[in-house]
Order: sequence, then C-alpha cells, then structure tokens
Amino acid sequence: MDFILQPWAWYFGGPLIAVSLLLYFYFGKNFGVSTNFETLCSMAGAGKFSNYFKKDWKERDFALLFVFGLIIGGFISVTYLIPNQTIDLNPKTIQELTDLGFSNVGNQYFPDEIFSNEVVFSLKGFLILLVSGLLIGFGTRYAGGCTSGHAITGLSSLQLPSLLAVIGFFIGGIIATWFIIPLIF
Amino acid sequence: MVYNPLNILDMKNIKFLILGIFFAIVLSKTQAISWYRFYEMFKFQSFHMFGIIGGAVVISMIFMQLFKHGKIKDINGNKIVPKPKKKGFIRTILGGTFFGLGWGISGACAAPIFVILGFKLIPALILLAGALLGAFIYGILSKKLPN
Repeated sequence: MDFILQPWAWYFGGPLIAVSLLLYFYFGKNFGVSTNFETLCSMAGAGKFSNYFKKDWKERDFALLFVFGLIIGGFISVTYLIPNQTIDLNPKTIQELTDLGFSNVGNQYFPDEIFSNEVVFSLKGFLILLVSGLLIGFGTRYAGGCTSGHAITGLSSLQLPSLLAVIGFFIGGIIATWFIIPLIF
Repeated sequence: MVYNPLNILDMKNIKFLILGIFFAIVLSKTQAISWYRFYEMFKFQSFHMFGIIGGAVVISMIFMQLFKHGKIKDINGNKIVPKPKKKGFIRTILGGTFFGLGWGISGACAAPIFVILGFKLIPALILLAGALLGAFIYGILSKKLPN
C-alpha cells in the first residue's frame, strides 16, 4: 500500500510507459496520442470547413476510449493515489521560480500562478493556457506526433523524422522556459 | 447500417479504456504530468524526466526489435510494424518547435492534457480547447504549409 501512495521513481516510470506502448501495439494499433486532437475536430464537424477533417472518426473509436481512460485515470490518481503532491525539486529550480514571483514552489503538481481559478479567469491567465494549447495542437499535427508518437514510438523505432521533431520539441521548450516564462512572469 | 454508439464499448475496445487508465496512473504517479517536472527538464536542472523518457525509449527499442524479428506478434497474430512517420525537415523541426513552446509554457504535452482534466478541470479544458483550435487551424492550412 505504501508503494501505491508514494511517488514512483523514474526507473519505474520509463519501463511502465514502454509496457503501455507494447500493449498498444499488441492490441493492433499504433501508439500515439495527438492524432486524437484531429479526431475530436472531425467529431465536432470540422469536415464542413476542410476536407482534411473528412475522416471517419468511428474508425478511431479505440483511441477515443484510450483518451477517455486517460481522463478516468487522472481522476482515480488525484482522488485515491496521490495523498501528497509535493515535488522534490532542485533547490536551484525553487530559488529561480521564487525569484520570478512563484509561491509555494513544488508544493503541488501545478503552480497557482498558471492553474489557479483566479488566474485562469483573468485575461492574461486565460490567454497563456489557450495559446499554449493552440501551439500544442498546431505543432503536434504539423510535426506529426507528440511525446508518445515521436519521442517514444518514433525514436525507439529509429525514425529520422522523430529525431528532428524531438530536437524541435527541445528548441521550443528551451525558448519557453529560458526566455518566455521570465518574460511573462 | 445505423451506427450504434454503444458498439464503442465492445470487448475489442474496452482494453484500450483500461490501458488509458493504466497509462494515466503511470504518468500521474511518476509526476510526469507536473508543470514543475517539465520546467526543470527544459532547464536541465533534474534527471527525473530524462530518466523517464530515456528509459521508456531504451526499453521500447528492445520491444521494437522483438516486433521486427517477429518475436512478438499482435493479438491477431500479425507482425507489428510501427507506421512510418511523415518525412520533411521543415514540418518536423518547425512543428516540433511550436509544440515545444506550448509544452514548455503550460507544462503539458498531449496525453497529460487529458490526464490533467482530473486534477485541474478548468485550466485543462482551456488547454484542450486551444489544442483543438490549433489542430483545426493546421487542418485548414495543411496544404499551404511547407513540408
């Protein structure tokens, strides 16, 4: 029981993610998550605006159930499996974020400065999340995959496009955390 | 034939639902959905996420070799062949950079957006709305963008 409630070390996480990929392929499908953004657009009727979305989303019903499982799994985790959301951060990270005006750094998974209700209902807070989401949706579709599809599936099957995409992920992530975060906070 | 929405819940698909729950629990318990974990990764201040992603890649490589040599077949007995990724220097680097920007600011990549709905409903809904809008814009522009 203790193991279930403690945070899991990285050396459990990596193998368990690989097992998820293995099962997904074993069940006969290609592992990845971001194609679902497209599928959800098709379901919502985006086919009226562009042929790109004229796809039969019912063929991806398995993926939609996987996504539904992700949502349920999130609820189960937060309700039963994570009594304490403290993150064991490098003191340097804590100092840096505190200097930027973040409070209670690492006391929970998500900082109030981006995820609290007051912030998300302010114009700036709302736009930070909306624009980030937009970049995620646009970028994953342009690049043809996200962390699961490119970084894990693509790199492990030695595909060159995935290596390029992961280099892109890091260029973007480094610009965001080294330059944009200090600029907007 | 009329599509019965309940068909989605047949046994063929339920296993994906359970796998989704499992994957979400793994990401949640290893803190791989935490904003701080991605911040420190991109700032190279901790090994945690590199260990998780690197470990997942290394072990998946072994699985990929087993797929390639037919040692592991899928549930129907077919050879497992991962779909080849779309090629193109500009699309992968530039698309990847856009994604990385969104990931670095919000601390969420694709799967975590759905997992975070359980943790922080409203922020995750805004992220999801943005992601769908972004995918929609890509769909509209897809023929005009350089590959």
